[in-house]
Amino acid sequence: MRWGVIVFPGSCDDQDVFDALKRDMGQKVKFLWHKDDLVGHFDCLVLPGGFSYGDYLRCGAVARFSPIMRRVVEFARQGGLVLGICNGFQILCESGLLPGALVRNAGLQFVCQQVMLRVEETDTPFTCEAKKGQLLKIPVKHGEGCYYADPATLEQLRKNHQILLRYVDAKGRASPSANPNGSLDNIAGVCNETRNVFGLMPHPEDACNMRLGSEDGRKIFSSIAAACAQREHRRA
Amino acid sequence: MRVKIFVSLKSGVLDPQGKAIERSLHTLGYGEVQDVRMGKYLELNVEASSYEAAESRIREMCEKLLANPVIEDYRFEIEG
Repeated sequence: MRWGVIVFPGSCDDQDVFDALKRDMGQKVKFLWHKDDLVGHFDCLVLPGGFSYGDYLRCGAVARFSPIMRRVVEFARQGGLVLGICNGFQILCESGLLPGALVRNAGLQFVCQQVMLRVEETDTPFTCEAKKGQLLKIPVKHGEGCYYADPATLEQLRKNHQILLRYVDAKGRASPSANPNGSLDNIAGVCNETRNVFGLMPHPEDACNMRLGSEDGRKIFSSIAAACAQREHRRA
Repeated sequence: MRVKIFVSLKSGVLDPQGKAIERSLHTLGYGEVQDVRMGKYLELNVEASSYEAAESRIREMCEKLLANPVIEDYRFEIEG
């Protein structure tokens, strides 16, 4: 399978994603500049973390209108897999590919720490290799990661099982103290209704090697790889 | 025409900055202050054939970029 990592001006986790995919996961991966066209075949596009366009106006608000985003929307409509991490999640929300929005952390401070996540759904290409209820230790690093959606949207998310990850404590409980940023319902990651676009605030790319303290982030990438292999198998 | 645009967080959305400002005002002795909400203010010049034409273009800009309708409300004033 082929991965594309999109680089916006101000992205800073693009290298981390590239490195984790290539060196830790042994995947084929290519950088895509935000002004590039989407040439060639890709199975999964990753929108990495960082501060695209300096977070001016709102996080992700300007990157959303980058030339490549039109192609990302088309790619997603055709069923391609899109993964947005941190700033990438914010861009996906701004572009309407994912519901809700990410606002300033409730505690106002930038948070940079390991968190525990509980896998809530496994019938998605992003979590299919995990077990339901499995705990993953993956770090967060953001100032605006408080997930918000209006009550009707939140209800839809629950009903359609679109909440894939929640912040939990060491015992797996989604308690207020385990919530690093005030996200509604301890939400750390959501997917779209058709389950091919996923956004999360934590950084799986920074948890793919024990030298970084955890390898739990591999579950997200290996799920995507497994889902793509299955797709190819079906096509063949 | 000169346009003044006000963007504010919707009432249901947490505003931790507003809360911090409110606490700070209380500390300074302004105990009468309540419900501080922080927003954004933009000014811009726009060329348009009529007030209505400007209004419809500005509304479009707000919906597309200047405000995020999921979390924000906006209003604007057109002068001259």
